[in-house]
Amino acid sequence: MSINLQALFAQLLVGLINGSFYALLSLGLAVIFGMLNIINFAHGALYMMGAFAAYFLLNVLGIGYWWALIIAPLAVGLFGIILERTMLQWIAQLDHLYGLLLTFGLGLIIQGVFQNYFGSSGLPYAIPDELKGGVNLGFMFLPIYRGWVVVFSLVVCLATWYLIERTRLGANLRAATENPTLVRAFGINVPRMITLTYGLGVGLAALAGVLSAPINQVRPLMGADLIIVVFAVVVIGGMGSIMGSIITGFALGIVEGLTKYFYPEASNTVVFVLMVLVLLIKPSGLTGRTA
Amino acid sequence: MVETMTTASDAAAATPSAQPAGDVVLSVQNLQAWYGESHILHGIDFEVRAGEVVTLLGRNGAGKTTTLKSIMGIIPKRSGSIRFEGKDISRASSDKIARQGVAICPEERGIFASLDVRENLMLPPQVRPGGLSLEQIFELFPNLKERLKSQGTKLSGGEQQMLAIARILRTGARFLMLDEPTEGLAPVIIQQIGHTIQRLKNEGFTILLVEQNFRFAATMADRYYIVEHGKIIDGFANSELSANMDKLHSYLGV
Ligand SMILES: Nc1ncnc2c1ncn2[C@@H]1O[C@H](COP(=O)(O)OP(=O)(O)OP(=O)(O)O)[C@@H](O)[C@H]1O
Ligand SMILES: [Mg+2]
Repeated sequence: MSINLQALFAQLLVGLINGSFYALLSLGLAVIFGMLNIINFAHGALYMMGAFAAYFLLNVLGIGYWWALIIAPLAVGLFGIILERTMLQWIAQLDHLYGLLLTFGLGLIIQGVFQNYFGSSGLPYAIPDELKGGVNLGFMFLPIYRGWVVVFSLVVCLATWYLIERTRLGANLRAATENPTLVRAFGINVPRMITLTYGLGVGLAALAGVLSAPINQVRPLMGADLIIVVFAVVVIGGMGSIMGSIITGFALGIVEGLTKYFYPEASNTVVFVLMVLVLLIKPSGLTGRTA
Repeated sequence: MVETMTTASDAAAATPSAQPAGDVVLSVQNLQAWYGESHILHGIDFEVRAGEVVTLLGRNGAGKTTTLKSIMGIIPKRSGSIRFEGKDISRASSDKIARQGVAICPEERGIFASLDVRENLMLPPQVRPGGLSLEQIFELFPNLKERLKSQGTKLSGGEQQMLAIARILRTGARFLMLDEPTEGLAPVIIQQIGHTIQRLKNEGFTILLVEQNFRFAATMADRYYIVEHGKIIDGFANSELSANMDKLHSYLGV
């Protein structure tokens, strides 16, 4: 079979873009799971809220993309903090199943409310002027906005990794993930840390939503579709490590892109096939630690 | 601070009971505690004075660790009065209690696997001014300085115990609760930890020690309390130790 490089690179780019979203979302899920012991099924809905926040900022308040990148994650993160304070904290001591059901229900409610007002069709969100157009790299044409999404996501993922693995604050977080009781007995306000961690994970989801708005349009169900794949990514990567979820996210995006080129029929299922294989061979995921 | 300390061997030679007793730092009255439905502490009463080393002795399962955890605020279901430096801490959360100046070195040591030695050491925040500096800590525990980059749980048992003690010395807390710091360690390490506790005592730290090994405790303790079935059933000063030896043997079943 002859290889059409143009098409191959195009699919790789699509894969990298999807991988960026997988990485940002599975990173948030891993951070939340570590501290709260909750598999946050509302994650897709919160991602969608990030995109809608950008949409409202632009169309109601006239605030553009660049500010939306900051304001939307803060606003949706704050919403997450309210969810944690009013609901999630009360089930922290209970079985995983309760957190799963609660966040799943919350996600459905949020999506339902948005669907009620906005139906199921997509609302357009324009690419900011600064990122319009593209460059010809010789071997392929690169739309600037897509390149930006990949680079920016990578930077955000690595910054989050640095925060958690290399800073004093991150050491508190890792320690509290291991033994919250003892960390609290050293004088650290662990409940507040848990709340802020949930806010961080939710903020990352919302940021992914903003990044996605110009590419995928703004739709109430945009998160529902994506999050199923992200959970498969999480199962494959395991929730044990921050770097693990970043790498798995990008890698699976690329695998999907390659599959789209070499065997398009399987491109929507390849991640799930991998998930099944990983579950059979190493049920705790590639980077360990079971839910 | 450390420069003015006597050396460990001098300290061991000093007579601890000769120190005058200070103000009451910790006073525990009718402390009761539960794990779920099981009632573990049935009314613990004792006090610790400034500068003292007080040792809780008792058989396995008597309730010594539960007593320390209750003081620290870790056991949610507890009742009775716990006063630290005159303030009631019996209902406070454990982070608030720690910020009052109470520090714990837990029985299982609680070294974090996902943190390296330096991060473990730096984890507990400063709650008061006047904690030991890193240089002073490395002077007490030279081994730790060599291992700063190692994963916390890669240290030997003795080094982990030293790390567990060292990290609470940084915080400025002057009241330390040490839960069986010698458990499972080799004699030379036990000796080193003994010297360290001696030095801390000479430095004016107030220490509540849980020990099974009363020969170890005897080298530094001012007073002993015997815990049995969740109650304090006896107590005596170090000077009365030899007079109480027979009783002690029967309490501890040794
Ligand atoms: N997490 C727990 N849940 C239920 N019961 C517990 C728990 N921890 C301890 N216990 C019980 O409480 C009692 C007192 O335990 P505690 O750990 O305070 O004893 P201890 O005096 O420290 O003993 P040791 O010398 O073995 O450390 C024991 O009967 C023990 O079985
Ligand atoms: Mg114990």
